[in-house]
Amino acid sequence: MSSDTLNNEPAIKTHIPDSFEDGQGCTPNNIKISVKDLNFFYGIRQVLFDISLNIYDKKVTAFIGPSGCGKSTFLRTLNRMNDIIEGTRHNGDILIDGNDIYAEKVNLVELRKKVGMVFQRSNPFPKSVFENVAYGPRIHGIKNKSELDDIVEKSLKNAGLWEEVKDRLTSNALALSGGQQQRLCIARALAIDPEILLMDEPASALDPKSTTRVEDLISELKENYTIVIVTHSMQQAARVSDYTAFFYEGDLVEFDKTKKIFTMPAKKQTEDYITGRFG
Amino acid sequence: MKGGIMKTKIQDLIIFGLIRLAAYFVVFIIAYILIDIIVNGIGAINWEFLTTFPRRGGSEGGIFPAIVGTLYLVLLTIAIALPLGMASAIYLNEYAKQSRFNHIARLAIITLAGVPSIVFGLFGLGIFVIFLQFGTSILSGSLTLACMILPTIIVSSEEALKAVPIQFREASYALGATKWQTIRKNVLPYAIPGMLTGSILGIGRAAGETAPILFTAAAFFFPRLPGSLFDQVMALPYHLYVLATQHPGMDKVRPLQYGTAFVLISLVLGINIVAIFLRSYFLKKYKW
Amino acid sequence: MWKEKAIKIFFTGAATTSIVVVGLIFLFLGKEAAPFIFSENVAKLFGTEWVPVSFEKEQFGVLPLITGSFLVTFLAILFAVPFGVLSAVYLSEIATKTEQEILKPLIELLAGIPSVVIGFFGIIVLSPILKNTFGLESGLNAINGAILLALMATPTIITISDDAIRSVSTSYKQASIALGASKLQTIWRVVVPDALSGIIAAVMLGIGRVIGETMTVLMVTGNAAIITANPFDSVRTMTATIAAEMGEVPFGSDHYRVLFCIGIILLLITFGLNMIAQKVLRRRGV
Repeated sequence: MSSDTLNNEPAIKTHIPDSFEDGQGCTPNNIKISVKDLNFFYGIRQVLFDISLNIYDKKVTAFIGPSGCGKSTFLRTLNRMNDIIEGTRHNGDILIDGNDIYAEKVNLVELRKKVGMVFQRSNPFPKSVFENVAYGPRIHGIKNKSELDDIVEKSLKNAGLWEEVKDRLTSNALALSGGQQQRLCIARALAIDPEILLMDEPASALDPKSTTRVEDLISELKENYTIVIVTHSMQQAARVSDYTAFFYEGDLVEFDKTKKIFTMPAKKQTEDYITGRFG
Repeated sequence: MKGGIMKTKIQDLIIFGLIRLAAYFVVFIIAYILIDIIVNGIGAINWEFLTTFPRRGGSEGGIFPAIVGTLYLVLLTIAIALPLGMASAIYLNEYAKQSRFNHIARLAIITLAGVPSIVFGLFGLGIFVIFLQFGTSILSGSLTLACMILPTIIVSSEEALKAVPIQFREASYALGATKWQTIRKNVLPYAIPGMLTGSILGIGRAAGETAPILFTAAAFFFPRLPGSLFDQVMALPYHLYVLATQHPGMDKVRPLQYGTAFVLISLVLGINIVAIFLRSYFLKKYKW
Repeated sequence: MWKEKAIKIFFTGAATTSIVVVGLIFLFLGKEAAPFIFSENVAKLFGTEWVPVSFEKEQFGVLPLITGSFLVTFLAILFAVPFGVLSAVYLSEIATKTEQEILKPLIELLAGIPSVVIGFFGIIVLSPILKNTFGLESGLNAINGAILLALMATPTIITISDDAIRSVSTSYKQASIALGASKLQTIWRVVVPDALSGIIAAVMLGIGRVIGETMTVLMVTGNAAIITANPFDSVRTMTATIAAEMGEVPFGSDHYRVLFCIGIILLLITFGLNMIAQKVLRRRGV
């Protein structure tokens, strides 16, 4: 797997693969998220440098890299979750469906309805299972009980949790197992009917069996959702994702089809990382 | 060498013993005061003492109006200080954590916490009694006490807010909730028990303070129960002060003094004990 | 979105209250004191006699009151610091878990006893003890007030020192013990020096508490406005003077305004102590 021949490609910071052999290709039509020259700062410390990449509709895109490489920060720029941290700023553009999400007129509520998020540590609210899933729809003004019932059932089914919890919708969500809690958080995110689902290391705190369930779920969900997943585990990225972006110290080192990244990485750094030589 | 070690050990033991003695001495004195008041005070307590007005300049009769007056003062103080303090804490912890305004507000809170209670009394006299013309009244007294306990309520409410995990807020924002929706539905429900119990400690302090109400609310004798916010009131701590220092037959009314002290201490420590108990209860109940 | 903005404005308003109250305290104390401060009578403040009500010549010398406050405070801190700091050392370094769980709430309880009750205890119990032990004419004097104030400052000193001692890194302690130091040596040579700035802040705040305390000193120090350094003399503090006299002064008189001047002196002293303590604590990063 020598990368010597590939190392002398021009040092441009665009990592948008322009063609793929298997014909699934990427015309501008199925670009869901497009990021151009994104720089991001915590106070005076810059944590992301000139990131440019496209995320394709109804595909799973994985962000990998060692801790502190900026992958989570980058994920959180996609639904502007970094806004709640004081002293952050950015430049560059992030377009979702062609619209700049940092534009002045953007409604944060609408953006976050469209871009759901699942967090690293499963964080159900200390409310009942039902109330956890109904939280989002209620926030967005749905009061009708039967409508809420339908949404909760559908979301739990989509998250593959319905059969396990349908008899205890009123019991406290914290009584569920870790894996169930994480799928509940996925159901909670699905309940607001997003188009994009951001997952920040969704399986890092789970046992192998629960991890497999979550991974299977991701594969099912990509039929209907565009999924971006941050993961520590390269195996997980290889198993679930269609595209992989490798970050290192705030740089996007390489972005390509997952298959290519894991078989023929273009950069030495990527190869070193996926073969376990550092990180 | 061995003897040296033994000597150090014995020395250590003696010094540890002395340190322990110091700590227990403090506790012993607290216990002594409490027991003295309880033992001597409980005998003075009877139905008449608790439910009748004082007679003959406080030499006979009960302390009913003082109990009622203190309750009025405390309730109005809570009604003023609690919402303000909790709202301040919400602002400081949820809205602008790093701003310059936040920094100044914090400085003000620390300053307020250090202002002597008698200075609050002067302040209340100057602003509420004289400038705003509320007169010597429940309203003036409660406003003064409210200013005094505001920092306690803010600080303890902030602690309760800090104890709610940041993840609750993040998950709520990620679902498209606004700031206020997040605070109302996903922060306050978990913080309010803690905010309240912490605040009770401040309220206990308000119930026992004398200096702030000396010139703003308290009357040694008021012939009826207060009928409006602009009436003067009798209050337990002030009643005790007068009985113990101003009364011509101070020694003869000793049982009444002890009785008043007992009721006051039961009220204040009762409030504090409830707070301490509730705090440990909520600490156990809310574990994330 | 207008609703979110309105709510934010509401909370900002609430948070402004503290700032406004602090401003108003300075403003209103100043307002009531100013006519005296800017009159030619102001020189009277520096006199050595406090005779505010007199048919011949009123004397508003605050010196006896300041020295009275300082004497009581100095003695109180002299008692409170060793007991407070040793108790904090005991609680954080020596006491077992059960002991801590019993002692800490008890000490919190002490902080909750109303000052008027402590004063009452001083009159009834402590005063006769002092009188008989030292053969005095009266047990109502500076030392009586100092003992009770020491008791009242102790919880403040214990709580803050305890925090400071607990924040000393365990690795320091372990390093010291690994070098063969005994537990006691570790406490004196590592723990206490490292926590020293926190302990100093605790003492500052304790002094602030003592100098501002009113009812207890009013009840037990005897209230004679004399300049003395004898702990067995009766003294009159600044706080007690305000509390005892404000109820009877004619509104707007010189006497009335001088009492506000004393309030300002008290406010400035406690404000200064508080700021120094916060500076010390902040440097520690507590």
